[in-house]
Amino acid sequence: MSRPVIARWQAASKRFGAVLALDRFSLDIHAGEVLAVLGPNGAGKTTALGLLTGLIRASSGHTELFGKDPASIEARRGMGVMLQTGDPPDTLTVAEHVRLFSGYYPQPRPLAETLAMAQLSELAQRRYGVLSGGQQRRLQFALAICGRPQLLLVDEPTTGLDVEARRSFWQVLRGLVAQGTAVVLTTHYLEEADALADRVALIQQGRLVALDTPLAIKSRVGGQCLRFRSTLSDPSLAQLPGVLSVRRDGSHFELRATDVERLLPLLLAADPGLRDLTISAQSLENAVVDLIKEAA
Amino acid sequence: MSTNTVAIRPSMARIYALESWLAFVQVLRAPAFALPTLLFPLAFYALFGLVLPTRIGSMAPAHYLLATYGAFAAMGPALFGFGVGLAMEQQMGWLALKRASPMPIGAYFASKVAMAMLFALCTTLLLGSAAVVFGKVHMEVSQWLLLTAVLVLGAIPFCALGLLIGSLAKAQAAVAVVNLIYLPMSVLSGLWMPVKMFPPFMQDLAPMLPAYHFGVLALNAAGFKLGNPGSALLALIGFTIGFTALALYAQRRRWSP
Repeated sequence: MSRPVIARWQAASKRFGAVLALDRFSLDIHAGEVLAVLGPNGAGKTTALGLLTGLIRASSGHTELFGKDPASIEARRGMGVMLQTGDPPDTLTVAEHVRLFSGYYPQPRPLAETLAMAQLSELAQRRYGVLSGGQQRRLQFALAICGRPQLLLVDEPTTGLDVEARRSFWQVLRGLVAQGTAVVLTTHYLEEADALADRVALIQQGRLVALDTPLAIKSRVGGQCLRFRSTLSDPSLAQLPGVLSVRRDGSHFELRATDVERLLPLLLAADPGLRDLTISAQSLENAVVDLIKEAA
Repeated sequence: MSTNTVAIRPSMARIYALESWLAFVQVLRAPAFALPTLLFPLAFYALFGLVLPTRIGSMAPAHYLLATYGAFAAMGPALFGFGVGLAMEQQMGWLALKRASPMPIGAYFASKVAMAMLFALCTTLLLGSAAVVFGKVHMEVSQWLLLTAVLVLGAIPFCALGLLIGSLAKAQAAVAVVNLIYLPMSVLSGLWMPVKMFPPFMQDLAPMLPAYHFGVLALNAAGFKLGNPGSALLALIGFTIGFTALALYAQRRRWSP
């Protein structure tokens, strides 16, 4: 990738007591890219993000933000942050909160623009405490984008949002990316990473175990997914050419296989009574689950 | 970011001013905080200084208690607003988000001090108005100005104490700790009745409390020649430095585990 590096972890490790939360983690973030950081709970995602916000100091190695120490205010002026928690005071209004945060940045968006992007225009004069959960999350998002940051860091931004709210959030995020904003996001929804990310970084036990485009990660695990009912046995299915794995799911089989065009006639010949066949692309979710199993 | 743009920096003065104003508005709109902070000292002053006028020796209670309840009132927002507010905002993750933002961290703490001083100004004006209108208290303009300055600036050592409590305690515990400290310390320091009315050992105990020295300064500003204002000022500066140093140590431990 030829775009300039705007932030990086360099062999960053973080130890909390006996726990090594992050283990020589190295990764560059390029201008304008969307990087999804995935991994099971406790894998070190939030620690990695914490190093970038300056809230956590590395035990060894280092972290750079716009070529500076993330703890420096000049570096943070180029970044907007949305954490998993971070409830603003209840008694201030949406507009007051956004105006205050906008003032921290050298060239903030106009208030009305920020509110419109976060879909809060109608709620400008409401106090934070009376907003619904989803509206509160939108305000926290507004605080992250009000300063026109070059890098937006969002830690599980859509947790707790309904499907519609999640999709509209993606749309706003895509708009920001189109304007050149780089985004680092952690998420539990792999579908979200698949929909948004240019690259996926997979963390397992504090280590970077995979870093690639969602497509490459999916194809690395490989194949497509076949689902059907059959009277065949597991071993006979596994012997067919191109079959990577066989799993029985109640009355159904789930096959992961490459070269499906060649496999299919053989499969149908082996069991003419085969029913309810569906073929689908490998999901990122399956790919990630497999990679995590491999790494463990 | 193009290389030839001059780095534009946001206005620090504007950040500090808006942060302070909103810190004040934030607590003013919380009735559970604002009503007791503003009205309790006024109610106590009205009851003991104006309605039940027993003379304390040669001193008019309306005048004497204006100074000491003024000090009592100035301590409340510093301890509750700053101390409890800080503990809550730490627990909610709000301070973490502010620290991750490009806010100069000093603005956060300075705004809380400004909030406490603004509240102290409000309670001073409230008590002062009651003293003039109902208590027939008469002071020179210079004395009024000096007393106001002492009561407003006197909130600072208690902000430092609030900072220490808020840095150490969780939100609910901070409320309990402040309640355990605020009222007993005020009474033992002679802010509700002169220390002279206490048994001797309690009189000896009083100078160990910062609120005692605040009371001495306020009384002297209001024209009472009591205690030693010079050493009271030094004691308050010492308490401020001590509390702040301990609080900074606690904050440092909290943010760099």
